[in-house]
Amino acid sequence: MELLLVLVLGLLYSAGVYLILRRSMVKLLLGIMLLGHGTNILIFVVGKITKGHPPVIDETYKVFQEIYADPIPQALILTAIVISFGLTSFAIVLLKRVYALVDSDDLDNLNTPEEEDI
Amino acid sequence: MLFTVLTGLIISCLLIPFGNIIKTKWSILLPLIPVILFLYYLLQIPAITLGTNVLQHVSWVPSLGVNLDFKLDGLSLLFALLITGIGTGIFFYARTYLRGHPYFDRFFAYLLLFMSAMLGVVLSNNILSLFVFWELTSISSFFLIGFNNDNKDSRNSAITALSITGLGGFFLLAGLILMGNITGTYIISDLVTQREILINHQMYPVVIGLMFIGAFTKSAQFPFHFWLPGAMKAPTPVSAYLHSATMVKAGIYLLARFTPALGNTEYWNTTLMIVGGFTMLMAAIHALFRTDLKAILAYSTIAALGMLTFLLGMGTKEAIIAASVFILVHALYKATLFMVTGVIDHETHTRDITKLSGLGKVLKPVFIAALLAALSSAGLPSTFGFIGKDLIYEATLHYQQNWQIWLTAIAVATNIGLVAAGFIVGIKPFVGPLPEEYSKIQLPPFSMWIPPLILAILSIVFGIFPSITGDYFSHQVANAIAGVETNLHLKIWHGFNTVLILSLSTLAVGTLVYLFNKPSSIKLAKIESANKISAQYVITGIGKQFAVFAKWYTDIFHNGYLRSYHFKIILAAELLLGYKLWISGPIYINFEDLTPLSWYEVGIVAILLGALYIIVTTKSRLTSVVSTSVIGYAICLLFVFYSAPDLAMTQFTIDTLTTVLFVLVLYKLPPFINLTTRWVLVRDAILALGFGAILALIALRILYEPNTTEIADFYGENAYLLAKGKNVVNVILVDFRGIDTMFETVVLAISALGVYSLIRLRLKSSEKE
Repeated sequence: MELLLVLVLGLLYSAGVYLILRRSMVKLLLGIMLLGHGTNILIFVVGKITKGHPPVIDETYKVFQEIYADPIPQALILTAIVISFGLTSFAIVLLKRVYALVDSDDLDNLNTPEEEDI
Repeated sequence: MLFTVLTGLIISCLLIPFGNIIKTKWSILLPLIPVILFLYYLLQIPAITLGTNVLQHVSWVPSLGVNLDFKLDGLSLLFALLITGIGTGIFFYARTYLRGHPYFDRFFAYLLLFMSAMLGVVLSNNILSLFVFWELTSISSFFLIGFNNDNKDSRNSAITALSITGLGGFFLLAGLILMGNITGTYIISDLVTQREILINHQMYPVVIGLMFIGAFTKSAQFPFHFWLPGAMKAPTPVSAYLHSATMVKAGIYLLARFTPALGNTEYWNTTLMIVGGFTMLMAAIHALFRTDLKAILAYSTIAALGMLTFLLGMGTKEAIIAASVFILVHALYKATLFMVTGVIDHETHTRDITKLSGLGKVLKPVFIAALLAALSSAGLPSTFGFIGKDLIYEATLHYQQNWQIWLTAIAVATNIGLVAAGFIVGIKPFVGPLPEEYSKIQLPPFSMWIPPLILAILSIVFGIFPSITGDYFSHQVANAIAGVETNLHLKIWHGFNTVLILSLSTLAVGTLVYLFNKPSSIKLAKIESANKISAQYVITGIGKQFAVFAKWYTDIFHNGYLRSYHFKIILAAELLLGYKLWISGPIYINFEDLTPLSWYEVGIVAILLGALYIIVTTKSRLTSVVSTSVIGYAICLLFVFYSAPDLAMTQFTIDTLTTVLFVLVLYKLPPFINLTTRWVLVRDAILALGFGAILALIALRILYEPNTTEIADFYGENAYLLAKGKNVVNVILVDFRGIDTMFETVVLAISALGVYSLIRLRLKSSEKE
């Protein structure tokens, strides 16, 4: 399964990079989101994946009795998911705002703005 | 001593708020500052005469070895007296010269700043504080040279002067620090004791090479001399102050100051003699063909500076005595001639020597000052210049066998040029018929002709009674440069000997040159054409090419296209990471460690990759947004399979929210249009696949590494025992790393505020394009 996940993360990165090289702002944003997904998978896979043993202690015990999934990558990814949502949501409304102002989704139309646009 | 350095700095700052009052009512207060400082240094003479050094230590940045150590010895005192004494004259003179000028207060602020910096240079006993003041003189002189900032030439000259002296300062700093590293001390007076270590160190040629560049740029030695004639665009009081007596002599001061510690080696002597000798000869010849009074003075100053460098390079006792006297000789007559030129310029509005004549009839006291200075510059017996010239010939004649003839010859040739140049400036404008247009000229106020007259009279007084300077401080100047007792005694009459014959013949030939060589614009054009191959063209050419290069570089790397930045950043990352992967050897996969595959996992991955393909290829915005959410859900399921329920829940929520927001906000947008060519698409796809491949390989390499679980074990064992929680991921987030999570919440809150306000913000009709 690890090899499949490595393939997935490689393709997520590739698609993300490809999209941020486009001129469209929407594609840029989608690219950033894909790069975020790729990074999450990367952290997840290099932290050794474990099947069926979540890092939750059994109700009757105070410590783990058997193997459990590494909680640290999970804590990191959880933080990353939430923060990237903050970024994405702000970027989405900003994108809408820019679109309303310049009437274009093309990044090249944002170059050398007039004084009053700043 | 600290107060003398700081006074000017503080007052120049005070001129910012109080400039207007000073400008109108209280301008007489300004010249009093150098007067007080001058008196202070006069009072130091008795102590210096006896050979005592005045020391002062103020801690500044002790941890870096940067302290305000001041030391007053003969050499420092000579310069301090020149700076404050000539400064006094200049301040009175400039007050009248610039009366009513809109930037009057600004001018004096710069001038005070410069005076302080210059005092700092000559008094510093710490090489780092010396450097700080050294740079401050460059900066303040930049403002003074560019004072007429509405004139393009003036601005260009200021930039040239700043870049040349600033460049030199940069090399000087390197040299000084290198020297500090070799000896382990930054105190100048301690360096002398380390002389043996310094001159035998393998870096010695580098140290003095760097210091030479610093000194040569400041003191306008070939090939850095060209900024000085350009700097004549400054108001004349500035030229008289900076470019005759003070700033340009800072380089000479530096060489003299470090002679005891570094001097008198083969490298030192040969370099200084060649550079100084060439500079003085070249500049003396140039001076004869100029038509602008200030240009003549500029070149004769360069010649005099070359002479001083040359004398320091000879390094014999006689040469050092000659140098220590010639500094004063030159300062007195050159400042006088500059101020005289200023008066002429101020009254006639021209400095063209071919147009000026007969002014002696209307400007009698100015003529007297100019004549006396010209005579001193020519070295007429009974002037101070005569003594200076005597000592120079004495020095060249007593140099080693085989060389004395040549050294004497170029000294004589230079002096002939200086004699003629002095006469051109000091006598020619005042004799002959008075043109009609100048006959109405009135004598300017006292303050413009008294200072040059005093300096000129001093040239004569010191010439007739040389023991005034010789016995009071010149011997200590020579001692400070030589580092040993020099037994300097100045005499007016040395008897009838070779030196006297040389002096008189220099005077005679110089007079003949003056009489028969008439500067004209034709000759000027000829000599200017020689400048085509000079260092000035090389250096400004390099400057221009650098600007071209900078523009080219900027066009490539900062072209304003976001995707182009992305492309370069990712390409660079790929190359670096790829190289690192390449050199770290082959990648292995431990197949036994892998988790087995099941059919539903393969199914999920297939859906994910399918969605990915759709995002990249679709033309519809909505499709691409929905596909992105499919990817999010697929990842969510992967989290479920692999023991990460918290991640799955978070991912599910967030992905839903993002998609809803996306669709709500962007449903109106038009479909994608294909904006790029196929070739660009292929290029980008190759770059993107390369990046993905590199990241995948990195992941594989990490997978092969043994897993360390110490931190995970810590959290696993202590989650319940210490934090009373059974979901370890939750415990880490809200307990062990609670503060991180709190700040994360703050970030989200800020983002939410931003989203909210951007959605609520209504577009004004005027904002719409």
